[in-house]
Amino acid sequence: MDLRFTPEEQAFRKEVREWVAANLPRDIKEKVDRGIELTCDDFSRWMRILSERGWIATNWPKEAGGPGLNIAQKYILEEEIFLGGAPRTVHFGTRMVGPVLLRYGTEEQKKKYLPKILTSEEIWCQGYSEPGAGSDLASLKTSAVRDGDHYVVNGTKIWTSYAHCADRMFALVRTSVEPKKQDGITVLLIDLKLPGLTVRPIITIDGRHHFNQEFFDNVRVPVEDRVGEEGQGWAIAKYLLGHERSNGSGVSMIKWRATKLREMASKERADGERLENEPAFRRKIAELESDLRALELTSLRVLASASADKPIGPEASVLKFRMACMQQAVTELMMEAGAYYAHPLDREALRGQSNAEQVGPDYQFRMAPEYFQMRGTSIAGGSNEIQKNIIAKRVLGL
Amino acid sequence: MDFEYSDDQSLLKDSVDRFIQNNYGFEQRRKLVATDEGYSDKNWSQFAELGWLGMPFPEQYGGFGGTPVETMIVMEAFGTGLVAEPYLPTVVLGGGAILHGGSEEQKQAILPAVAEGKLKLALAFAERQSRYNLADVETSAKKDGGSYVLNGMKGVVFGAPSADKIIVVARTSGQSRDADGISLFLVDKDAQGLRVRGYPTADGLRAGEVYLDNVKVGADALVGEEGKGLPLLEKVIDHGIAAISAEAVGAMKALNDMTLEYLKTREQFGQPIGRFQVLQHRMVDMFIAHEEAKSMAMMAAMRVDEADETERKKAMSAAKVQIGKSARYVGQQGIQLHGGIGMTDEYAAGHYFKRLTMIDRSFGDTDFHLKRFADL
Amino acid sequence: MDLRFSPEEEAFREKVRAWVREKLPQDIREKVDRGFELSCDDLRRWMKILSAEGWIATNWDKKDGGPGFTAGQKYLFEDELFLGGAPRTIHFGTRMVGPVLLAFGTEEQKRKYIPKILTSEEIWSQGYSEPGSGSDLASLKLSAVRDGDHYVVNGTKIWSSHAHCADRMFALTRTSTTGKKQEGITCLLIDLKAPGVTIRPIITIDGRHVFNQEFFDDVRVPVEDRVGEEGEGWRIAKYLLGHERSNASWISITKRTLVKTKEIAAEERVSGGRLIDDEVFRHKIADCEQELQTLELTALRTLSAAAADKPMDLGQAGLIKLRTAEVIKRVNELSMEAGAYYAQPFEPQAIRGGWNEEPVGPDYLFRMAPDYFEARAMSIAGGSNEIQKNIIAKGVLGL
Ligand SMILES: Cc1cc2nc3c(=O)[nH]c(=O)nc-3n(C[C@H](O)[C@H](O)[C@H](O)COP(=O)(O)OP(=O)(O)OC[C@H]3O[C@@H](n4cnc5c(N)ncnc54)[C@H](O)[C@@H]3O)c2cc1C
Ligand SMILES: Cc1cc2nc3c(=O)[nH]c(=O)nc-3n(C[C@H](O)[C@H](O)[C@H](O)COP(=O)(O)OP(=O)(O)OC[C@H]3O[C@@H](n4cnc5c(N)ncnc54)[C@H](O)[C@@H]3O)c2cc1C
Repeated sequence: MDLRFTPEEQAFRKEVREWVAANLPRDIKEKVDRGIELTCDDFSRWMRILSERGWIATNWPKEAGGPGLNIAQKYILEEEIFLGGAPRTVHFGTRMVGPVLLRYGTEEQKKKYLPKILTSEEIWCQGYSEPGAGSDLASLKTSAVRDGDHYVVNGTKIWTSYAHCADRMFALVRTSVEPKKQDGITVLLIDLKLPGLTVRPIITIDGRHHFNQEFFDNVRVPVEDRVGEEGQGWAIAKYLLGHERSNGSGVSMIKWRATKLREMASKERADGERLENEPAFRRKIAELESDLRALELTSLRVLASASADKPIGPEASVLKFRMACMQQAVTELMMEAGAYYAHPLDREALRGQSNAEQVGPDYQFRMAPEYFQMRGTSIAGGSNEIQKNIIAKRVLGL
Repeated sequence: MDFEYSDDQSLLKDSVDRFIQNNYGFEQRRKLVATDEGYSDKNWSQFAELGWLGMPFPEQYGGFGGTPVETMIVMEAFGTGLVAEPYLPTVVLGGGAILHGGSEEQKQAILPAVAEGKLKLALAFAERQSRYNLADVETSAKKDGGSYVLNGMKGVVFGAPSADKIIVVARTSGQSRDADGISLFLVDKDAQGLRVRGYPTADGLRAGEVYLDNVKVGADALVGEEGKGLPLLEKVIDHGIAAISAEAVGAMKALNDMTLEYLKTREQFGQPIGRFQVLQHRMVDMFIAHEEAKSMAMMAAMRVDEADETERKKAMSAAKVQIGKSARYVGQQGIQLHGGIGMTDEYAAGHYFKRLTMIDRSFGDTDFHLKRFADL
Repeated sequence: MDLRFSPEEEAFREKVRAWVREKLPQDIREKVDRGFELSCDDLRRWMKILSAEGWIATNWDKKDGGPGFTAGQKYLFEDELFLGGAPRTIHFGTRMVGPVLLAFGTEEQKRKYIPKILTSEEIWSQGYSEPGSGSDLASLKLSAVRDGDHYVVNGTKIWSSHAHCADRMFALTRTSTTGKKQEGITCLLIDLKAPGVTIRPIITIDGRHVFNQEFFDDVRVPVEDRVGEEGEGWRIAKYLLGHERSNASWISITKRTLVKTKEIAAEERVSGGRLIDDEVFRHKIADCEQELQTLELTALRTLSAAAADKPMDLGQAGLIKLRTAEVIKRVNELSMEAGAYYAQPFEPQAIRGGWNEEPVGPDYLFRMAPDYFEARAMSIAGGSNEIQKNIIAKGVLGL
């Protein structure tokens, strides 16, 4: 057992840090720093920069175009990217489509889609949830009916993050109604520009545009864009879950936010002193940091015990759950730090669409909007309740 | 010891509840808060007609002569509808400052106009650095012959964009955070040198930054005694706490009702999600949070007029701590139990959550009041 | 709306306060204050003093021998009793047996049992729980088989508080195993001195003796000690629930405990100063004080509703039970935190009294760890917090 990183790993850290400092565009860094909404173009720009360096598909094997990093390096890379102030990427292409195609895709599909994911030319979104199918995903209803060389798709998907920035959707659809509802589900890769498909923006409570709803009205999807067999969709989704959960980047995001919180607490004043010296607030920061350390170590433990042939098991639910809690805790403290200045919220300014005079400190959008937005982390990708159900059942045997 | 409403109070409650039911549907409110002003003049006139704008003022000033219990009844109902009209800044804060500290002339001039709906007010007390410390006042008021010259900036002034007059808290002597030397001035919004930068707030209401650049006011603008404004301000803010606590209780009730209904109707895994015991227990905890908040809001209404200042402050702090705890829990879980739809701006739950969140950021948060409660 | 008590009520409060000051025996007061276990004799002595004043059966109507308190008076009475340092009584006689006999008992039963409850000559215990039946009480198995003029009782009851001090038990037994399990339950009044009854003490994690397990081996209970009809036991138990839950006295006990916690925090030192002046600890105490105040106001709301003849609000009653459990646990936890290292010494013999070794630590030593341990039970006994939540979810929220 040894907690230290090797000299090579430390050198790698330095390399990444310097690279981020040199390559992250100023304007994007500032938006992230201030909590201003990023445009689709901002995301795409940053993803292309990562692509050029070969650091976009960190979870892919080297043969497939991944950078071939070991677990420690991957951890360091993600951490340095976030601590350097970079935004999250729209990662459905690398996190979902890539692993799925590598495992289940035809040669033609791989040739058609993987290169553009690696170059970030094409952005993907995830079409799982529907109005009637959330936690109970298997009850999804968007239908795909075979008609010659095509599937005719009808129905709706909802809560689709960044669909408005995306070119394509990785979708779960129903191709047949089976006694066991899991059995009738199929994966389709859907071009969002196809006729009959409309994307409706949904504004979230923080005032940003993150979500969308898509309506499918006789959308014709070529059969060659089906992944795997008809009815294999559920198995593919389950295979992916393992991938999605082994994502450790949550911790680095929280760490970065914790540094922002400290900055705010040193700038805000309470009774003429720095807020960070106010006993109750100081204690809350200390509690947060100790929780964060516990989460980081647990996350390292889980990552270290996993390997290529032994993917992370349901323990990942513990991480997912705790990460959601911590994201929420750190953003709540930022809001508390703001006191009255958590109130002002000019949505146009938040979305970078206003030149009106700034109200309050320049980190003002880090207060209420971030807090509101992070309420979603305990709902998205399997709610806290669902994670606990999984732990109860699969870890504790209840 | 009696927590029951009198007959008149029950009538008042029915009438405000009815108003909310008829005029404050979620879609109606959404349209309203999206307008430039963020509220409706028509509603405001109706408040005047129904006597709500003069609720706490004595009859000789055109008021209704209500106690803080009447204000509680109005505010609680307003909470259920997330009423956006600047009632709190005008009637409770601005009106309260004049009522509790103003001269006879000021009362005559201001209160009847407020009660008739002709005059809106705001109370400018916070500053960029002040957090919730009411004595942390840097805005200055310098005596200049028979008048005062005000300089500085007041932050996050609720209702400032709609106010006709703003009561500005400024320092006439002493150092920032001294208890002595604080004075209140009644200033016209269009006074020379006064500028308001208005903006919407996270909960859809309106506030503003008030910049004062050599604003000259006469001695008759002084509300209360020069340099002795802090106890008056504390009293007014305590009334604000009692009122906003009731509003929070109303908002919690509405969010709880909505969530309970959702648990009974939303189906996943072939059954209403309300069948899952974790969600049942969560809902019970939300129910408890609301009941506890209600107990304390009632207490606050009954004690905010308490003559003993320390007792009053201690009681208001205890109430505000409970409101903070309950509002946080109900708000957060209200979103959680709704899942994705709880996160959307198109759905009501998020708006209740946001108002509840911002109530904890008003007049002192949970930590602030826990400390005040412990220190008193 | 008005928070003040009437002048008459205030006068009543004063009267009770003076009475407690005068009548509560010094030795009992001290044991309570220091966290010593009270002996059966201590409890009986105090109950007889209350009886002599006519203040034992505060929940009974005047015509039945109660003092005829209003809801407000009852509240003030208990508040003063506990703030004045009195111990809890063994109240199964007044809280369970009395109300049940008054509603369901025969004249003979009333004549036989009620007077001795009023004088505290006889002490009762509650025989509900069994090893296999706790939250799911209706699954109870203690069997009572009719044999002529008697029931023959076999089986076991457990967790019976103060059964070792008691003369009799108010027991739920099974007289039939067919049909719905609730329908085969019968209420028996069992003499604990009857042949075939053995009582085994169970020491709790705090080192005190409160619990017991009873074994029934062919115990013969006369048929005239059956309350109500055969199979009516469940209905009787449900009737009682209403009585038990409207009990706000734990709030007063929590208030007293908090006073003690503050005393402890004023004695303890931290970095040379008083612990009670430590910023963090002070806020924790304030937090408990605030929560307690909320609970008390909620209890007062229920009293006000009772005075206005409104029906009992199940939700409020349940929340008082479960929130009080949380707050009292927290207050006791704070006393323990206050003790730091001195929460550690633990000599179970000493807590039981009559032990003459040299004492260790401050004289409130037992108020720290043992009280914290003991308080864990608050959210288990009398319907656990989880069960309370189930009841509210179902009965109030309709889930
Ligand atoms: C920020 C965000 C981003 C998202 N991005 C995407 C995306 O890109 N693509 C996509 O397809 N979807 C996305 N989603 C949708 C997300 O996957 C769903 O919101 C989630 O699965 C929950 O489903 P639901 O919203 O229908 O809530 P429901 O499933 O209706 O749940 C409502 C409540 O019931 C609880 N509940 C449900 N079942 C149980 C149970 N068995 N036991 C206990 N409690 C239960 C839930 O925990 C929740 O509290 C996103 C959601 C959010 C908030
Ligand atoms: C201090 C004390 C004094 C007592 N005095 C007496 C007495 O005088 N006479 C008497 O008869 N009994 C007495 N009891 C027993 C008491 O009534 C039982 O302990 C109680 O009913 C719980 O039963 P159990 O201990 O068998 O726990 P169980 O019922 O086995 O419960 C174990 C756990 O499971 C939970 N649980 C059970 N069912 C559910 C459900 N449906 N949903 C969610 N959670 C559930 C419980 O909340 C608990 O956390 C006393 C107990 C204590 C602690």
